[in-house]
Amino acid sequence: MNNSASTETAKGSSTGAPRSLSIAMLGSGGSGVMTAGQQLLDAAGQAGWYGMMTRSSGPQIRGGEAAALLRLSPQPVETHKGRFDILLAIDWLNADRFVGEIILDSNSIVIGDVGGQVPDAISNMGGRYVELPLSELAKGITGGRPNMVALGALAQLINLPVDALEKVLTKSLSKKGEAAIEASMSGVRAGIEQASAIPDIPEFRIEANSQVERWSITGNEAAGLGAIRGGVRFVAAYPITPGTEILEWLAPNLKKVGGVLVQAEDELASINQLIGGSFGGTPSLTATSGPGLALMIESIGLAVASETPVVVVDVMRGGPSTGIPTKSEQSDLNIALYGLHGDAPHIVVAPMSIGDCLFTTQWATHLAETLQTASIVLSDQSLGQTRALIDRPADIAFVSGGRKITSKAEDFRRYVVNESGVSPMSIPGTPGCQYTADGLEHSPTGTPSSRAEDHIQQLNKRKRKLDQFDYGDHWAKIEGKGDMAVLTWGSSTGPVSEAIDMLAAEGHKVRLISMRLLSPTQPERLAAALAGVQRTLVVEQCHGAQFYHYLRAHYDLPCELRSMAVPGPLMIRPDDVYSELKAWEND
Amino acid sequence: METANPCPSLKPNEYKSGTKPVWCPGCGDYSVLLAITKAMSEMNLEPENVALVSGIGCSSRLPAYLNVYGFHAVHGRALPVATGLKVSRPDLTVLAAGGDGDGFSIGGNHFMHACRRNVDMTYIVMDNQVYGMTKGQASPTTDPDWDKSKLTPGGTKINPYYPLVIALASGANFIARASSTDPNGAAKVLVDAIRHPGFSFVHMLSPCVTFRPEQKDWKKMVRAAPVEPTKDPAVAAKRLMTDDNFFLGTLYKGDRAAYQPELKTTVEHLSDLEQGFVL
Repeated sequence: MNNSASTETAKGSSTGAPRSLSIAMLGSGGSGVMTAGQQLLDAAGQAGWYGMMTRSSGPQIRGGEAAALLRLSPQPVETHKGRFDILLAIDWLNADRFVGEIILDSNSIVIGDVGGQVPDAISNMGGRYVELPLSELAKGITGGRPNMVALGALAQLINLPVDALEKVLTKSLSKKGEAAIEASMSGVRAGIEQASAIPDIPEFRIEANSQVERWSITGNEAAGLGAIRGGVRFVAAYPITPGTEILEWLAPNLKKVGGVLVQAEDELASINQLIGGSFGGTPSLTATSGPGLALMIESIGLAVASETPVVVVDVMRGGPSTGIPTKSEQSDLNIALYGLHGDAPHIVVAPMSIGDCLFTTQWATHLAETLQTASIVLSDQSLGQTRALIDRPADIAFVSGGRKITSKAEDFRRYVVNESGVSPMSIPGTPGCQYTADGLEHSPTGTPSSRAEDHIQQLNKRKRKLDQFDYGDHWAKIEGKGDMAVLTWGSSTGPVSEAIDMLAAEGHKVRLISMRLLSPTQPERLAAALAGVQRTLVVEQCHGAQFYHYLRAHYDLPCELRSMAVPGPLMIRPDDVYSELKAWEND
Repeated sequence: METANPCPSLKPNEYKSGTKPVWCPGCGDYSVLLAITKAMSEMNLEPENVALVSGIGCSSRLPAYLNVYGFHAVHGRALPVATGLKVSRPDLTVLAAGGDGDGFSIGGNHFMHACRRNVDMTYIVMDNQVYGMTKGQASPTTDPDWDKSKLTPGGTKINPYYPLVIALASGANFIARASSTDPNGAAKVLVDAIRHPGFSFVHMLSPCVTFRPEQKDWKKMVRAAPVEPTKDPAVAAKRLMTDDNFFLGTLYKGDRAAYQPELKTTVEHLSDLEQGFVL
């Protein structure tokens, strides 16, 4: 083994970022790279590693070029590096598409099938090219496929124990029977044999770390589980990329807990079905993406005005309009915050990692129910559709602060003006407490009213209940000290956090503030978090710097500010943030 | 035919909230309100177990005038709100109501899909062939040559929408027409519609005396359909070929099962759902 190769792994953790290995598997649609990638990830999990895998493909439904992008590590990872240690292509059709997304350097290893033509755009990046007879070996095995040979080769290169792979293949192919398992394992063994003959391979070994129960989960699945943990039992669904998997996970699982999912005719219907379900006393949620959110906005205002709790998870994608449906962007912040007409205070929260999609969705449900309002959860494609190996998330139970009543109350007034701003909400079936929920402004009893007094009272009440609530420490993640800070949110937190770790390893302290609660604003809390900070970099994946402008509009920021606002479709890389901070430090 | 309840617990009047309607004097919707309260009294419904959902428009103001649970939603969305409510709370009696603009124009897609989905609820559309709340514009059911709106000088020049045909083609399980000019007859139709499983559609003629004063003549034009309801969609379709929009009564009573997913817990602990994630 040649230990002189200066991969990040070989160098160890000198940069402060987690020791890790990045692998890209490339192939045209149907070549099985996604399947093999998922099996590699799961096997790494079996071996006690952490990791993540992002599926990258174009807008085509089937076919075209696809890539499984993996990062494996002995520690939890929440972002890709951008640079890859190994690129393995089953074929090179349309591989040019991934230039920019898959970065190679002279230390990378590029593996292709014998006779394949590596595109210039790939070979120009450097990297050592190795040919393996992937398809020829597969042909020699009954039912053999090149992706399994590739899987074996990769396992050998990274010293992944073969029994971990065997366990995963046996589980995932159990329905297809013994012959299918044997065909796959034969391919894997052939791949292992081939790769072991490659000379001068860097030491890619990653030691197993945790013995804690390990989960393999996507952000979308985590959001679905968070919804159910939060008490959601009614979901109305309209499919949209990249949010559909939340709904697909919920459909069978809601059923198991006595809930129901209805596929609606459009997003106008889904949001309004939620309002109906919630009016009936059932916590209700839907998932969508930007175009769907835009359609729902009018009725989210109805939920706010009628004080009917609803949760909308927006798995953001590149916009505007149809934009780039399969790629991530944080550009729905403005519509989530300001899209509603009239003065309509509501909750906007954002998960900051794949695992956090669970907590944040559960919390959003709790807030909607407790405060009788609409919660918008801003997840995005990179969180939603990336699969990660994580420790089992903690069980968290919120104490319900909702004021739903199911037995007769004296002097019941649905929209009574009180100190907390949260009025009793009677559930249909409760005698003597009938009322009409209304999008028209109303009096405390719910009677439509255009009187100035009723309007100001109800406006104040709807604002007060959100402003007065104690959101506790959940409002943000704050780490580190130092007079330089990064303010960020959502999926940008992963790369920012890793960039800060890289700087820490060099002795530079940078503070991380990632905001989970975006509305209502928390100016006092942010001021405290920023105490002593001289310079703040604001990082977001959005061309219009929406987060930066939001901060400027709502917060006192007595420090020098810089904006790093980068649109999709490429992910923000830890290196990009690191360079930006480093450059500013040296100014 | 339905038999009268010998001792209704509440009189029709007791289903009213007491809030004074915004409607013009002479509006057909007063009689629809009356017919609904008569139907509820007839069926001996407990007000707390009934929910009426509406959209936006003159007739959509109905929920506030009743002493049942109500939801006055946004324009065109009464049916999705009612759908979400009924599917998650099948124990309630759910009604949806609104006008022709709300139901057939802005809410047209929901109408089609509600018929198709066949959730057990009753939808009452008070049709006056005009947008009243916005002061008299053509609706989907307005005749093409009606030229009294500034928005469509010389008339819309487009054919009106024919709700009964759409309802039948889309799969509604109960289709009837009633008229505000005959509140007792309308109440009977409503009782029948509410009792019938699945999605029941009641096309309720309800004149607008302000913007369509000529509709005062409707009371002379309506008449009972000379035939009994059918459960055969082909027969119903044939009858609609000769419908002049003024035949009253129940046209179609289908026997399709209502859409109602079972709400039954099958796992002991929420953690059972997590097993799929464990490596």
